[in-house]
Amino acid sequence: MAKYLLLKHYRGAPAPVNDVPMDRWTPEEISAHMQYMRDFADRLEKSGEFVDGQALAPEGSWVRYDGEGRPPVTDGPFAETKDLIAGWMIIDVDGHDRAVELAGELSAAPGAGGKPIHEWLEVRPFLSAPPTVTE
Amino acid sequence: MDELLPRSLTPSVLGILVRRGADFAAAEDAVQDALVEAVRVWPQDPPRDPKGWLVTVAWRRFLDAARAETARRRREERVDDEPAPGPAPSVDDTLQLYFLCAHPSLTPSSAVALTLRAVGGLTTRQIAQAYLVPEATMAQRISRAKRTVSRVRFDRPGDVATVLRVLYLVFNEGYSGDVDLAAEAIRLTRQLAAAIDHPEAAGLLALMLLHHARRASRTAPGGSLVPLAEQDRGRWDTGMISEGVGILRAALARDRLGEFQAQAAVAALHCDAPTAEETDWAQIVEWYDELAGLTDSPVVRLNRAVAIGEADGPQAGLAELATLSRSLPRYAAVSAYLHERDGDVAAAARLYVEAAGRASTLAERDHLTRQAARLNTADANRAEGPRDGNGVSPPHR
Repeated sequence: MAKYLLLKHYRGAPAPVNDVPMDRWTPEEISAHMQYMRDFADRLEKSGEFVDGQALAPEGSWVRYDGEGRPPVTDGPFAETKDLIAGWMIIDVDGHDRAVELAGELSAAPGAGGKPIHEWLEVRPFLSAPPTVTE
Repeated sequence: MDELLPRSLTPSVLGILVRRGADFAAAEDAVQDALVEAVRVWPQDPPRDPKGWLVTVAWRRFLDAARAETARRRREERVDDEPAPGPAPSVDDTLQLYFLCAHPSLTPSSAVALTLRAVGGLTTRQIAQAYLVPEATMAQRISRAKRTVSRVRFDRPGDVATVLRVLYLVFNEGYSGDVDLAAEAIRLTRQLAAAIDHPEAAGLLALMLLHHARRASRTAPGGSLVPLAEQDRGRWDTGMISEGVGILRAALARDRLGEFQAQAAVAALHCDAPTAEETDWAQIVEWYDELAGLTDSPVVRLNRAVAIGEADGPQAGLAELATLSRSLPRYAAVSAYLHERDGDVAAAARLYVEAAGRASTLAERDHLTRQAARLNTADANRAEGPRDGNGVSPPHR
């Protein structure tokens, strides 16, 4: 088994095919989209492949150490930041092919007009612990 | 077997062990062991005296642990530390446990976890699931909390206000996992209100009941939020509402008004309205005035602006809103709502999008996005002229 991160972006991903911002959908289309996401996670839980799913607020801040005895420096949020993560799903699957298959299904979530968004999702493998057998 | 029974006995059993001289941390572990044993044994073999059974089993567990080599030294020290015999303290054990678990030396998250375990009798695993953290993390949080309060004397009265704040936090966490934290908070607050004569404990219990009574109507089957004005009032739990109102009336009659009683009074006025249109907003504004005097919280003033918008019209609400800081949580959402009621649909839609970006929960974000979408798509349809079967619901006001 191997773990993969399916990353969804607010900004920074290539434009999807069905590129309409959510506040221009009808309320019913939004509900259908949410239902699809919930059903997808439920299905992965039943198949034993779901690990975690979380959504992030669009605004955060940058923080760094500023030396002994000083409070950390904070900055931002920066409106020009190119890459902005919206949320993720972590799956534990048999291999890369299955991860890609599932990301494809997630990307088919319905959007404006009830048609699939074809949203670009980033699929990133986790670096795992070293295996027991190495020779 | 009533599965709540062993848990409801937790604080008094734990109190007895501590009074017998067991240190709090060890006694708490022993009571947890006894609870696990009760869940296993009682269904087949229910005890005649459940509390006596739990005390006996827990005390035996405590002694077993204390006999272990590492615990021996601590036990000897404890005998030295035992307080001199004197008149039995009048404060009841259950109450003392509430005070201890909400001790001011604990952080709110530690106090919540310790209260759920030592007063509520929940297992570490259940608490971890409810707060979506790994069990090992929650176990550490609880054992650190136990260490923190281990030096606190058990016979001194504590601060009721801190206990109420902890219970309020548990209630507000709502529902996740297989433990219903809101229902658990109500159970613990009911137990507290029975143990102490305090109008704010009653006020908090009333507040919880009046909110919990409306829970079923607050979310649609898909999990999306249903605003108060659109809730199916037929699904409100009238029994729970009348219990809450009764408790609130008795508390208010004591004439020692506090924050929770005032909040419960607002909730009671909502519960009292047969339809959203019949809500007595003028009286709700008056209660928010009282609340503002009690807490000086900007969140209260934001809620007050909403109430003024309903009582005196959206312009009055917007004027009130203009006196508050835009950085307040939910400011944009309130502003959007008042602008929509004032007929400024374009501004409302823009503000709903802003509010969704600042929402702190997924359900709230989805709800606010849907509000923006409702206005934007209704707007587009108006521009294109009327169409049949477009599936767009009319604005709800």
